[in-house]
Amino acid sequence: MNWKLAFTIATTHLLSKKKQTIIAMLGVTFGISMFIIMISFMTGVNQFLEDMAMDNTPHIRIYKPIELREEKIIAEGQPQTDKNWYVLEHQRPKNELSKIKNGLIMGQRIEEMPEVLGVAPEVSSQVFFNNGPVQIPGTISGIDIPSEEKLFSLDKKMDEGSLEELQKGSDVIVIGKGLAKKMNAKVGDRVSVTTPSGNNLNVRVVGIFSFGIAAWDETKSYATLATVQKIMGVDPSYITDLNMKLKDKEGAVEFKKKLQQMYPDAYMEDWETANASILAGTKIRNIMTGVVCITLLVVAGFGIYNIMNMNIINKMKDIAILKATGFEGNDITAIFLLQSLMIGIAGGIAGLAIGWFFSYLLSRTPFPAGEFFRISTFPVNFKLFHYMSGLFFGFLTTLFAGYFPSKRAAKVDPVLIIRG
Amino acid sequence: MSTILKATNIVKYFYEPEKFQVLKGISFDANKGEFLSIIGKSGCGKSTLLYILSTMDTDYEGTLEINGQKTTGQGQNQLAHFRNEHMGFVFQFHYLLPEFTALQNVMMPALKLAKYSPDEIEHRAIEKLRLVGMDEYAMKHASKLSGGQQQRVAIARALINDPTVIMGDEPTGNLDKANSQKVFEIFKQLATENQQTIITVTHDPDFANGSDRIIEMEDGHIIGTHFPNGEHS
Repeated sequence: MNWKLAFTIATTHLLSKKKQTIIAMLGVTFGISMFIIMISFMTGVNQFLEDMAMDNTPHIRIYKPIELREEKIIAEGQPQTDKNWYVLEHQRPKNELSKIKNGLIMGQRIEEMPEVLGVAPEVSSQVFFNNGPVQIPGTISGIDIPSEEKLFSLDKKMDEGSLEELQKGSDVIVIGKGLAKKMNAKVGDRVSVTTPSGNNLNVRVVGIFSFGIAAWDETKSYATLATVQKIMGVDPSYITDLNMKLKDKEGAVEFKKKLQQMYPDAYMEDWETANASILAGTKIRNIMTGVVCITLLVVAGFGIYNIMNMNIINKMKDIAILKATGFEGNDITAIFLLQSLMIGIAGGIAGLAIGWFFSYLLSRTPFPAGEFFRISTFPVNFKLFHYMSGLFFGFLTTLFAGYFPSKRAAKVDPVLIIRG
Repeated sequence: MSTILKATNIVKYFYEPEKFQVLKGISFDANKGEFLSIIGKSGCGKSTLLYILSTMDTDYEGTLEINGQKTTGQGQNQLAHFRNEHMGFVFQFHYLLPEFTALQNVMMPALKLAKYSPDEIEHRAIEKLRLVGMDEYAMKHASKLSGGQQQRVAIARALINDPTVIMGDEPTGNLDKANSQKVFEIFKQLATENQQTIITVTHDPDFANGSDRIIEMEDGHIIGTHFPNGEHS
């Protein structure tokens, strides 16, 4: 087969029918540009949501949950005889301290492990905030400020005030933006914090933060470990959570298993379990993106299929004469397949350019996210991989769409055409 | 004189709209450098015979030998290659590729054969165009040429690979007197000077009478052979 000759004929055909060629190209261009816009935006959204969640979510959290014992209390305490035994149904949770045993030492040991980026100890409790007569429910978390800054960049979430003052002062807290609004508390105000067990402390607000997640900003507050331990009336080794970040977050599930073997009594949760809802959302968006993109490409493919079929019907005479003068079926297939591929590649490249342009515009468009989201424009991803796959799928679609008409062209019987 | 084409007992049926025998056992030879005309009334099967001789139609009984090679039973791709190298075609409707220039049209079969380099092919193509008096139109698009001019370009294309046999299906059928005369002269010259065999189907009595041999057909049979210019010219 003579590819160079087939290429020359194919290009001449395309250039002599510019309008038709451009219309065929536009189908692919539209498909690919929509593909790029869709996938850039969707992965942008996914990335944004994941980042937002992951920023504040530990890769692995060790905590002490309130749990029911599985075993039946009576049956355990009094070995059963034939008839005379009791089972206590519907038992209540036992009052236990929610502290992790030797939490601080455990945290230090884990921090030394090679997979771990850092461990932030935390002591947290449900509390009521009072600024005036109304009680507002929330939580207070005592944190180790340097490690919290390092692992969860809490310092970057501060809208007013700073973590330094939290570190320096005593009986001071920082509160979420939503919480501050509910209490009408400003930096410098004093609010009262009451724990469920009745302990009460008057603290000064030295900062206001926002995570961009309403549920958190409306309930959370932070203070130093010591302050919270003081409010709760517990000793300095009292730790309720160990939040850790790993060097590789994908290894969280594996690492959790390893930790679990080291500390069989501790309760652990990895980020995938904690963020199951966000991950499910990501999955659904990915499926949607995939379906829409495939539909667009299939539509573009049918466009090319139709145009190539028409093209071949128009070119019957030429095909007949080429075959009469010695072109083989394969040469004819090559001519028309090349046309289809050139339409695909040219249309695809134009589609990438247009797709890039519009996703750039989108990434500059203000996003009405409300006051909670820390985002000002639409989240858009620019990844070379998406552009490569766009071109690849455009190529593949036109290959398929062009193949069948081209094969048909090869089967044209020159005698029928020439004799009329 | 050597035999260049040998048809033996060619039988052909049409199946549409109903089975019908078009050719009822045609046998004849054509010699090197012979200018042969096939005449007959419409529907006598002369065009059908020509397309079988041209190797494009493979659905027939009997055997066909061209240039010492049996073409009956060969595959489509082999036959395409064979046509490319050994045969030239001139049709009633000119069938140039309209998007290409006259020169490109002429070069096309040679580029396919790729026996010479593209530069040499171009050189040869211009020579062939000169032979048919079309060299000054080489760069014109085929669609911009008149009927007679197109037919001459088509002849130049048929000649580009120096084929052994040139076939014409009413090559002058669509041309006026003056252009017919020109085409006839070119054919005559090819047969006598280049020793190329020419087989044409024609309705034009002047054209036929100028050839070396006339085969007359009727109802799928050869009913007569004439030598208008004497037995051995």
